[in-house]
Amino acid sequence: MNVAVENLQDQAELLDPSMESQMTLSMGPQHPSTHGVLRLDLRLDGELVIKAIPDIGYLHTGMEKLFEYKKYQQGIVITDRMDYLNPLGNNLVYVMAAEKLLDLEIPERAKVIRVMFCELQRIASHLVWLGTHALDLGAMSAFFYAFRQREKILNLIEAASGGRMTPSDVRIGGLMMDLPAGFERRVNQFLDDFPAALDMLDTLVTGNTIWHSRTQGIGLISAEDAIDWGLTGPCLRGSGVDLDLRRDNPYTGYETYDFEVCVEHDCDVWARFKVRMREMRESWKIVRQAVARLKPGPTKADAPKVVLPDRDDMRKHMDSLIHHFLIVAEGFNIPPGEVYMPIEASKGELGVYMKSNGGPKPDRVHFRGPSFVNLSALPVMSEGEMVADVVAIIGSLDIVLGEIDR
Amino acid sequence: MADTKVLLKFVEKLKAKNADWISNVTDSLGEVTVTVPRESIIDVCNFLKNKHDFNLLADLCGADRGPEEDPRFEVNYHLFSTKHHNRLRLKVLLSEDEPNVETVTSIWKTADWHERETYDLLGVVFDNHPDLRRILLPSDFDGHALRKDYPLRGYEPYSLS
Repeated sequence: MNVAVENLQDQAELLDPSMESQMTLSMGPQHPSTHGVLRLDLRLDGELVIKAIPDIGYLHTGMEKLFEYKKYQQGIVITDRMDYLNPLGNNLVYVMAAEKLLDLEIPERAKVIRVMFCELQRIASHLVWLGTHALDLGAMSAFFYAFRQREKILNLIEAASGGRMTPSDVRIGGLMMDLPAGFERRVNQFLDDFPAALDMLDTLVTGNTIWHSRTQGIGLISAEDAIDWGLTGPCLRGSGVDLDLRRDNPYTGYETYDFEVCVEHDCDVWARFKVRMREMRESWKIVRQAVARLKPGPTKADAPKVVLPDRDDMRKHMDSLIHHFLIVAEGFNIPPGEVYMPIEASKGELGVYMKSNGGPKPDRVHFRGPSFVNLSALPVMSEGEMVADVVAIIGSLDIVLGEIDR
Repeated sequence: MADTKVLLKFVEKLKAKNADWISNVTDSLGEVTVTVPRESIIDVCNFLKNKHDFNLLADLCGADRGPEEDPRFEVNYHLFSTKHHNRLRLKVLLSEDEPNVETVTSIWKTADWHERETYDLLGVVFDNHPDLRRILLPSDFDGHALRKDYPLRGYEPYSLS
């Protein structure tokens, strides 16, 4: 028997069979508004959602198992494929966990570039969210304008790393390589144009009356509930909780940047929308500050046993060649220990639990994906709402199934 | 490295409340791990949540130490406070014969999916969990994929039909 049908029957037993006016609607996994392969079992009374049960796992590829069979530096490539809208954030959190175990100090220039990348990636991720969220609710034009801006960011990331969606640019001990010539000029050019583009998106969506009626008062979750369900990031800040790990558990020097933590108190889809729209402007501010701070210097830590040497060094120095060979062929050992490293990714707290038993491969890597946890609160938000509003609520959670299923 | 003095204060308070709640404390890399006996995990979590504002369960994950180890499994609870922004790790060790631990869904609702995931991938059973089903793998999947003795490519190709 088909597994999906079997699951449906399993779950039907959980539902209350006594109410005859109810029907079960299987929404997804191919539904365009589920942002990937999410399936929802909706128990409906007319158009009212009585019960919603998310069914996930369609994209499960056993990434956490795979980490245990790959050397530390090979694992970076896997992280790109998790939250594929925020790959540089995933790279960063994985790499920082390994660096914490190694007790490695990162050069200042690499830190600044990491911050710049993460914030550019956050803008790109929020733009995809905005475009698809608006598209789900019938506002088609915003999609094109949002993706045009996102394309510019992806071009920047491609120029720096060679990959648009899978950069793998953040490496243990620093970065893959220094920025290409003229990169600062290109970033500044993008930054100069971006506020006007964001203003236009604001006029298209934020001021739209239809948008207001589709989002205001929908998908309510109180601050207490939000914390209880483990919501983080824009979803939590939309419920009025003032928490941002960039400020509260700072990493890679975020404490030295000047930015505002965006908090809204309406607890609904509209509040979460406003938080993300404001956050793009704050990220823009951080990128501006980071570009101004870029000073010439090394982008790799001084740790020859961990960091790959420059090509030029390998041609001139025997020991560089030996280190290169050893790192690639055998990897490097990380001292035994365990860490939990959280960062503020575009969707919330992205944490990695990494456990080493002393070898070149991790003993256990666990990703705490913000999408996974945020999605688990979907039933609380959507029960008692209309079916059409479930689409708005999924959009406001900003989920990526690649990270949920891993 | 971060200062762990603040975190060790919470450990002191736990000890003062009930010395049986703690079987081991490690302080390394700026993180404090408190190993808790299986029976007291509910009491410890309740105490830390209600008295010391650890109101957000950031993460719950299991780990397999390998089939030859005893205790074989560990469950890690990463507690976080939205008020004072401290993080504390609780650890419960479980043997292979009895990989059972009481659920913490009554304390933090977010534990629901985390516990289902840990059950799915490692086979750790959370007693009194309201809905302990597989979450990532299909319901007819055989075995627990993240166990160290489970082969990387599975026992046989998996088919949906």
